[in-house]
Amino acid sequence: MVNNLLDRIQALGHGTLAALSRLGRANVFLMAVFAGLSGMLMRPGLLVKQLFSVGVQTLIIIVVAGLFVGMVMALQAYYALVDFGAEDSVSVMVVLSLLRELGPVITALLFAGRAGSALTAEIGLMKATEQLSGMEMMAVNPVERVVAPRFLAGVISMPLLAAIFSAVGVMGGYLVAVQMLGLDSGAFWSQAQSKVELFEDLGNGMIKSLVFGFVVSWIAVFEGYDCIPTSEGLGQATTRTVVYGSLAILILDFVLTALMFSK
Amino acid sequence: MSEVLIKIRGLKFSRGDRVIFNNVDMDIPRTGITAIMGPSGTGKTTLLKLIGGQLRPDAGSIEVDGQNIHQLKTRELYELRKRMGMLFQSGALLTDLSVFENVAYPIREHTKLNEAMVRQLVLLKLNAVGLRGAMDLSPAELSGGMARRVAMARAIALDPMMIMYDEPFTGQDPISMGVLVKLIKSLNDALNICSIVVSHDVYETMSIANYVYIISAGTVVEHGSPEDIHSSDSEWTRQFMEGLADGPVPFHFDAPPLFDDLFAVSERRRG
Repeated sequence: MVNNLLDRIQALGHGTLAALSRLGRANVFLMAVFAGLSGMLMRPGLLVKQLFSVGVQTLIIIVVAGLFVGMVMALQAYYALVDFGAEDSVSVMVVLSLLRELGPVITALLFAGRAGSALTAEIGLMKATEQLSGMEMMAVNPVERVVAPRFLAGVISMPLLAAIFSAVGVMGGYLVAVQMLGLDSGAFWSQAQSKVELFEDLGNGMIKSLVFGFVVSWIAVFEGYDCIPTSEGLGQATTRTVVYGSLAILILDFVLTALMFSK
Repeated sequence: MSEVLIKIRGLKFSRGDRVIFNNVDMDIPRTGITAIMGPSGTGKTTLLKLIGGQLRPDAGSIEVDGQNIHQLKTRELYELRKRMGMLFQSGALLTDLSVFENVAYPIREHTKLNEAMVRQLVLLKLNAVGLRGAMDLSPAELSGGMARRVAMARAIALDPMMIMYDEPFTGQDPISMGVLVKLIKSLNDALNICSIVVSHDVYETMSIANYVYIISAGTVVEHGSPEDIHSSDSEWTRQFMEGLADGPVPFHFDAPPLFDDLFAVSERRRG
C-alpha cells in the first residue's frame, strides 16, 4: 500500500522532471535556431525553397477551407440576422469573425496538420537516417542549414496564409450573401468597411497569426529534432506536433483575444 | 609530428545505468588501418561518436591531433571536423540531393572554389570509388553498397587526415563487400591517412587492418597486430575470432538454474 503510493509519487516526480527538462531543451534549441538564422542570411536560397514547401504547398488547402468557412459564416449570419431585419450586417459578422478569429486560428490549425507534421517528419527522418549526424561530421551545423530555414519559412508563411484565408473567406461570404441570397452588393461592402478597423481588427489578426506561426513552427522543428530516431518515435513526434500545436493555438488564441480586445 | 593521431585515456561513458566504456585507453596511429572490433552492442559506434565530438565522455580524455576534442569551442571543433571523414553505416547521404551534389556538398560548404573546380574534384572523387557514371542518380536509386561508396567519396572530398568507417561491411553481398574492402585499403594507401574501421566482420577486417583493438564489456580485451590477435590464447579473443557459441560470452542469458525455474512454475500453478 505504502509502496504503491511511493511509486506513484516517484512516477509523478519523474514525469514532472522529464516535462521540465524537455521544456528546457526546447528553449535552448530555440536559442540555437535564432543563432542559426544569422548564418542563413548568406544562403537565401534555402529559405526560398522552404517557403515553397511550407507556404506555397499549403495554399490549396487554405484557399478551399477559407472559401467554405466564409460561405458557411454568411449562411449562418443570414439565418440569425434575417429575423431581426438586420441581414445587411451579414458582411460585418463574416469579415470581423474571419479577420479576428477564424482566419488566424483555422489557418494555424490547418498549418499544424499539413505543414507542421511534414516538418517534424522530414527533420525526424533526417535524424533517423543519420543525415543530421552526417552534416555535423562534415562540420556543417544542421540547426543552421536544416532547421532555421524551415522555422523562418513557417513564421513568414503563417500571416500570409491567414491573410489569404480571410480574403478568400470574405469572397465566399460575398458569393453566398449577394449572389445566392440576393443581398445588396453595395450594402455588403459598405457595412463591412464602416465596421472594420485597420489596426484593431486586421492588425490584431495578423499579430495573432504571427504568434501562431512562431509557436507551431517551433513545436514542429523541435519535435522533429528531438524525436527518438525510430519509426515509432517518429510517429509519436508527428502526433505530438499536431496535438501540442493545436492546443497551443487554441490556448494562445484565448490569451491574445483577452489582451487585444478587452475594453 | 607525433606518430599517434588519436590518444584516448581513461575513457568512461555510460548511458543511464548501462556502462558502455570503463577506463578505456587507446592509441591510434597517424597512418594505416586500425580496426576496432567487438560483438554487437559493445559501443563501437559510440566510440566513433566520442572521437568525432558528437558525444561527451563521463570521464577521461580524447585527443585528436594533439587537441582535446571535448575542450574545444564549437568553432574549433568544426574546424577539426573538416579534417575528419566519417562513413556512417547507412551512408547518411542527403536524400534531396543527387550523388554529384552529395559529394560536392562539403566542398561547396567549406571552400570558395568555382563551379568548374568543384566539378573536377567531385568527378575525381567519384572516379576513385568507381561511381562516376552514377553522378546523376539520386540516393534512393543506389544499392546499399553503392550508397556507402558515394559516402566514401564524400568523406574524402576535403582530403581529410582520417576517416572513420562505421560497420562498413554490414549487410553487404560478397561482391560489394569485396569492393568495400579493396576501396578502404586502396584509399588508405593512396592518401596515406588514418583509417579507423569499426566492425564485427572478422575475416574482412583482419585482412586489411594494420592494428587491431578488440573491445568487450566496456574495456579493451586485446590489442596488437592481426598476427598477434590470431595467435592470442585469450579465451575471450578465441571465442570472438572463431565465432564460438559458448565461452566467456555465455550462450545463456543470465537466468536462475533451469530446475529452479521449472519448479517455480509448477509451484505457482499449484498456488
